[in-house]
Amino acid sequence: MSDKKPKNVFIEGAISSEFIGNSIAKHQVKTNIGAHNIFLGQVRADNIEGKVVSAIDYTAYQDMANEKFHEIREATFEKFNLTCMHIYHSLGQIKAGEICLFVFVSSPRRKEVFKALEYVVEEIKAKAPVFGKEIFEDETHKWKVNT
Amino acid sequence: MQLNIKYFGLIAEITTCTEETLELSNATIADLKNVLIGKYPELNTKDFQIAQNKEIVSNETLISGEELALLPPFSGG
Repeated sequence: MSDKKPKNVFIEGAISSEFIGNSIAKHQVKTNIGAHNIFLGQVRADNIEGKVVSAIDYTAYQDMANEKFHEIREATFEKFNLTCMHIYHSLGQIKAGEICLFVFVSSPRRKEVFKALEYVVEEIKAKAPVFGKEIFEDETHKWKVNT
Repeated sequence: MQLNIKYFGLIAEITTCTEETLELSNATIADLKNVLIGKYPELNTKDFQIAQNKEIVSNETLISGEELALLPPFSGG
C-alpha cells in the first residue's frame, strides 16, 4: 500500500464523451502502454412494474467512498501489471442514456487490462457507498440495489 | 458520549434528516441499532449496514465515538 492520499472520483453530473475522449488523448504520451480497457456505466431506462426509469439520482457517503475507491485502486495495482488507472463516478441526476461511471485501465499488455477492469468494476459495485435513486417518468422513485 | 450519525439514501428518507447527534454511552453497534429502531420503527423492515470511522462494522463492535453512518444497499455504477 502506498501512502498516497485518496483522490476525489466524483463528478457532478453525467460524464461526457468529450471528457472520455480527452482522457484517452492524454495517454498518447505514455508510449509504454500497449493496451487500454474502458468500462462505461450507462443509465438504463429499466421498466419496473410498468414504469420507465428516466434518470438515476446518485448520492454517496463521499469521504468513505473515496477511501474505498483508493483501496480498490491500490489492490488492483498489486494484483495486475497496470501502468495507470482512472475512476470517475457521477453524482446528481443522470438521465437514461448518459454515462455515470468511467473506469479506465492501461497496461503494456492486453491480458492484464481485461482481467483488471472486471475486477475493478465488481469491487466498486460491492464496496463503494454510492446510492442510486431511480426516478420514473411520473416523478415517483425507487432506490436501486446492485445485483 | 455524543454520537454523530449520518444517514444516506433510503435511510435518510425514513429519518427525514441526513445527520443527527445522539447521546449513548458504553454501547455496541447492536445497542445503537435498537435505539434507532425505537426512534424510527420503519428501519426494522430495511436492510442497512453501519460504518464507524468509514469502515463497515458488526453488531458486536464497541462504539468509539468516531463518525457513524447508516448505509442502505450500495447501488453505484
